[in-house]
Amino acid sequence: MLRWLIGGGREPQGLAEKSSVQTIGEEQIQNPYTELLVLKGHQDIVRFLVQIDDCRFASAGDDGIIFLWNAQCLTVLQRLDVWLSGGSDLCVWNRKLDLLCKTSHLTDAGISALVELPKNCVAAAVGKELIIFRLIASNDGSEGWNVLEVKRLVDHQDNILSLVSVHDLTFVTGSHVGELIVWDALDWTKQASECNFWDSSVHPDAQPEIKLSQSPNETSVQHLTFDEECVFAAVGKGIYVYNLQMKRVIACQRTAHDSSVLHIEKVPNRQLISCSEDGSVRIWELREKQQLPAEPVPTGFFNMWGFGRANKQANQAAKKMQENTPMYFLELVGDLIGHSSAVQMFLYFGELGLATCSADHLIILWKDGERESRLRSLTLFQKLAQNGDLQLKF
Amino acid sequence: MISAPDVVAFTREEELEDELCSEPPLPEEYSVPLLPFASHGANPWAKVASSKFTRDFILISEFSEQVGPQPLLTIPDDAKVSGTFDLNYFSLRIMSVDYQASFVGHPPGSAYPKLNFVEDSKVVLGDSKEGAFAYVHHLTLYDLEARGFVRPFCMAYISADEHKIMQQFQELSAEFSKASECLKTGNRKAFANELEKKLKDLDYTRTVLHNETEIQKKANDKGYYTTQAIEKANELASVEKSIIEHQDLLKQIRSYPYRKLKESDFHPYEPECALDPANAGCDQDLATSDLAEPGETHLYAHVPSYTPKLIKAKSAKCFDKKLKTLEELCDIYFFSQTLDQLHQIERTFRGDVCYLLTDQISRALLKQQSVTNFLFEDVSFLDEKPPEKRYRGCQGLSQDAIDGKCSEESPAPKVVISLGSYKSSVECVPIKMEQEIEDSQEPKMTDSVTFEHQENLDYLDADIKGSISSGESIEVLGTEKSASGLTKSESQASLPVSPSPQAGRSKVGSRRTVSEDSIEVLSTCPSESLIPEDFKASYPSAINEEPYVDDEEGGLRFTPKLNPDNADEQEDVSKRENLVQVDSACCIGKESPNFLEPVPDLGQKPCDEDGVVRIPPQPYRPAEQGLRGSFGGFPSHDGVSGGLLPYELDSRYLTGNREVSKSSLDECSDSTSYISSAASTCSDRTPSPAHPACLASERHKKKAGQNALRFIRQYPFAHPAIYSLLSGRTLIVLGEEEAIVKKLVTALSIFVPNCGVYAKPVKHWVTSPLHVVDFQKWKLIGLQRMVSPAGVNVLHALSRYSRYVSILDADSKTLRCPLYKGTLVSRLADHRTQIKRGSTYYLHVQSILTQLCSKAFLFTFCHHLHLPISEREPEESVVNRRMNFLKLQLGLANEDIKIVQYLAELLKLQYIQEPGQGVNPLLRFDYVPSFLYKI
Repeated sequence: MLRWLIGGGREPQGLAEKSSVQTIGEEQIQNPYTELLVLKGHQDIVRFLVQIDDCRFASAGDDGIIFLWNAQCLTVLQRLDVWLSGGSDLCVWNRKLDLLCKTSHLTDAGISALVELPKNCVAAAVGKELIIFRLIASNDGSEGWNVLEVKRLVDHQDNILSLVSVHDLTFVTGSHVGELIVWDALDWTKQASECNFWDSSVHPDAQPEIKLSQSPNETSVQHLTFDEECVFAAVGKGIYVYNLQMKRVIACQRTAHDSSVLHIEKVPNRQLISCSEDGSVRIWELREKQQLPAEPVPTGFFNMWGFGRANKQANQAAKKMQENTPMYFLELVGDLIGHSSAVQMFLYFGELGLATCSADHLIILWKDGERESRLRSLTLFQKLAQNGDLQLKF
Repeated sequence: MISAPDVVAFTREEELEDELCSEPPLPEEYSVPLLPFASHGANPWAKVASSKFTRDFILISEFSEQVGPQPLLTIPDDAKVSGTFDLNYFSLRIMSVDYQASFVGHPPGSAYPKLNFVEDSKVVLGDSKEGAFAYVHHLTLYDLEARGFVRPFCMAYISADEHKIMQQFQELSAEFSKASECLKTGNRKAFANELEKKLKDLDYTRTVLHNETEIQKKANDKGYYTTQAIEKANELASVEKSIIEHQDLLKQIRSYPYRKLKESDFHPYEPECALDPANAGCDQDLATSDLAEPGETHLYAHVPSYTPKLIKAKSAKCFDKKLKTLEELCDIYFFSQTLDQLHQIERTFRGDVCYLLTDQISRALLKQQSVTNFLFEDVSFLDEKPPEKRYRGCQGLSQDAIDGKCSEESPAPKVVISLGSYKSSVECVPIKMEQEIEDSQEPKMTDSVTFEHQENLDYLDADIKGSISSGESIEVLGTEKSASGLTKSESQASLPVSPSPQAGRSKVGSRRTVSEDSIEVLSTCPSESLIPEDFKASYPSAINEEPYVDDEEGGLRFTPKLNPDNADEQEDVSKRENLVQVDSACCIGKESPNFLEPVPDLGQKPCDEDGVVRIPPQPYRPAEQGLRGSFGGFPSHDGVSGGLLPYELDSRYLTGNREVSKSSLDECSDSTSYISSAASTCSDRTPSPAHPACLASERHKKKAGQNALRFIRQYPFAHPAIYSLLSGRTLIVLGEEEAIVKKLVTALSIFVPNCGVYAKPVKHWVTSPLHVVDFQKWKLIGLQRMVSPAGVNVLHALSRYSRYVSILDADSKTLRCPLYKGTLVSRLADHRTQIKRGSTYYLHVQSILTQLCSKAFLFTFCHHLHLPISEREPEESVVNRRMNFLKLQLGLANEDIKIVQYLAELLKLQYIQEPGQGVNPLLRFDYVPSFLYKI
């Protein structure tokens, strides 16, 4: 494509660079998102989206503004100007936003993630440490609470970046150097750990070039998500699926994106959505691998004019990791390209669509065009009826 | 824009002419009576040979009290225009019909002169000997030195084409009224200034005389008066009388009733200082020097200080003095405005009447398609009141001038009272219009409507005939709203009586052979004083007055609705009707024969395979035009489907034709004559864009059409490119040279559907990398290709978003875009097309796009195509029904479906959009592979 655009085969240096990222052609039958709407409001990087209810969400950006959006009728509902304090202390607030109690200053690093555990406990990731706090109601019957540090877990080698509670009994942490530790939520012991996502020995068929470019960024566990049986980890540019029962990685996509994966989320139908610094959002499907030796999916035809990076190695990253086990692989079923900068986060609204926020100051709502068209027709006939235009008049 | 026949008729003129000439004559028994002009030249298309001027022009004449009727100026101001045409003679003619300007200077019993606010009169004159027909607008201007303080003038629009005058009577009248009002406003201002000066003179004279008398009194203590003293006293008395008279005149001219307009929200001449009639009475007592109220002094404050001089008490009303010129009679600002307006009129009505008619018809039709016409129609064209809009446009500049220069300007002139009501003894044509109005609202009564029309036609004919016999005399034939007791509707309805093209034409033919040297006044418009109050508002008075706009619509333009206020509503209602009719028809499906017709030749019907027009352009008049359209040879199908389905319309035309052939020979010849008139060439071949605001856009259209034509011929992959545009996929024209890219963008822009009522989503030239927002906003982009690193970024962005765009590389002549296998675009852009002219091609494109719009409209508004019939109906069956409709009923193949779907989506968005809120800009796309096309 770009080569065609530039014409004459004189390809600039930078473009010649090959990448092993799997690409999908322009024909994406399974991709339901055929309509997009750009929401402009923020003046700076949009960092965070939070879902409020079925159709509303709020976005927060570096500009210090929180917008409240309605994903259905696509209007800005509200605009709040807030100032958020960073978290170097642990504070307990009640619903009235009264400060109930707070811990003493912990470290310089501050709390990067917090998760609630059973028995009034919270796990806070502070630097390399995972600190378990217990909230104790004060004895005098007042509303006061005390926060008690119960335990410090120092198993991680590097800063803990992600922390997710899978269910009542388990929570998982991921660190900057790619360690994934599964913890027991009750006694805070290590149940399992996986710390060699990058280890090429696990992936006999991995590309040599990946080895060369080992760096902490490549292996840091950026984000974790889970379903009943698996934990999905965004590790560097890749996505790994870790089965809690089998206590091992059952599927992986080592280079799911051109750049770090920033956020992943499990959506129904065994699908997974990931977004990355490279500005794209990709939709994956976890599929059981056939026993047949995996053939690389031909990408040739539709990529006839594809970007220069479309190449043969694309699918090989998805190859099996270990023999003689039921293998899964992550199949790319669609990608969403709209942002011109890193996609920080996204929210999945079911059939309402997907909201992505990005460093390009934009929020994009991705919607199912068919559904939207139907809804518009509905609205149209409602309006016709409202205007009394549907009656037969002669 | 209406249909292909219109288009082809104009493009193939030459061939047609040849064909007609070479054809063997018909046997006598079959031949239709030849056109009367046939004797002058074999070519019936040629314009009337007898006229001595080359093109239409505007003549301003005056009935000078010294030398009689004389021409003052012509517009355009070019001797060649009038040619050998005797302006003096014609001035005499047109001034001599000013039967109503019988100015009564001194009503019996009144002690001093009294001004009458005379209304303009509007008449149509024909001089068959000269081959000239004229719309004549009489007006009077005030002049202190003139007899009775008035000078009669007239403005005439002179054309060799009687039809133009007759058919455009309303429009001409409206436009000339504006010019006239402007002129009169300026004249009143100048007149008031004149009076003030005169008063100052008189005052000064009085003082001088008074002093002299005093001196004489002192000098003479003998107790008796010398003759000298008596003379002085007499002089003083006459000066005093003169002062009172002039004061009264001033009061009168200032109390010129500037009525506040009811529905106006815009007053360029806001009469902040208008005189309250109640107050006006008391200023008689006021001294001359400090005139009246502060408001008034303010009003004329800018008058440069004037040094009074001694004058004779008796004004010299003799013939040796030089009368003021027209320019001197009018405030210079208003004078130039008037001239502007007249030039505007000349430009507007220039050219063949068929252009004007076509334009008006298109406009009327488009008005019916208010739901869809935003898609492809010109925004300016869409404007509800284009002439007014244009007017506003041209006034826009001067608006500031007005504000700045004369915030003290005289208020909006509006006549409320007419002091003398002039009833001329003109015959009244009591055509009952109401019946027709009813008829035109009932689509099913086509037959009876025809009948009705026939009757009216005869009636009208009879009227015309009545006057034909009289040879030399001037006849006033037109309508007269003599009875002030007429109901509003009646008076309104009778106003637009101008004979239909058919009737008029045929009669002209027969009449001309009879009349030797006559001026026939074919139609007159009565003095406004007789028009009921409400109706009067429809006469635009001052040049800036837009508030009339609405009434204009209701009253003067061809809207026979009883109640102008309801007009829109009714229109809407009928629109919905149509909608519902169609809806039920297509959803229930097989009941409607229309949908069962084989569809491949959709919209082809008016033409044979070889593209030869079988059906002449018809004066298709929609419902609101019932009045005039009803006179046509065809039953006026009140726009049941102002272009809903092409074949529906076509079949209607066909039946119309059949009916005609069955009907009387008379009517048949009528229609033939109309064709000839429509196809006739005017001396001035420049097509007249009826609305000069569109002049620029007209030129643009022509250019765009030409470029598009070239594009189609030059690029074999024009079809997929156009498909991209029609289906809402942004097309990027990439190239190094701005001029080439812009040219391509201009060419392609005619295929871009609008997303809203605003400007086209076209960006001619971009040099920075594109973002997804751009594709949401623009559907056609010209992009600069640069060799620099920045250029690489641009290309990177392009390849990144390649799924949303089609890319036309202007440098290497390649195109990358999805495949197109439909049939629609090939009709739209046939590279073997015979069309040669850009404007013609533009019209062709518009006509196909209009068909497309109607399909999209149907698709969008068919209830059951989008919603389940029963609650339990699964979504798939709705989808199936929808696809079946698109494929079978609308006859769309492959990708054509996507075009209609996209247009439907735009229609939906536009319709459900809340007022005041813009349409949410959406980007819809498909995950479809693109292909590379090369030459």
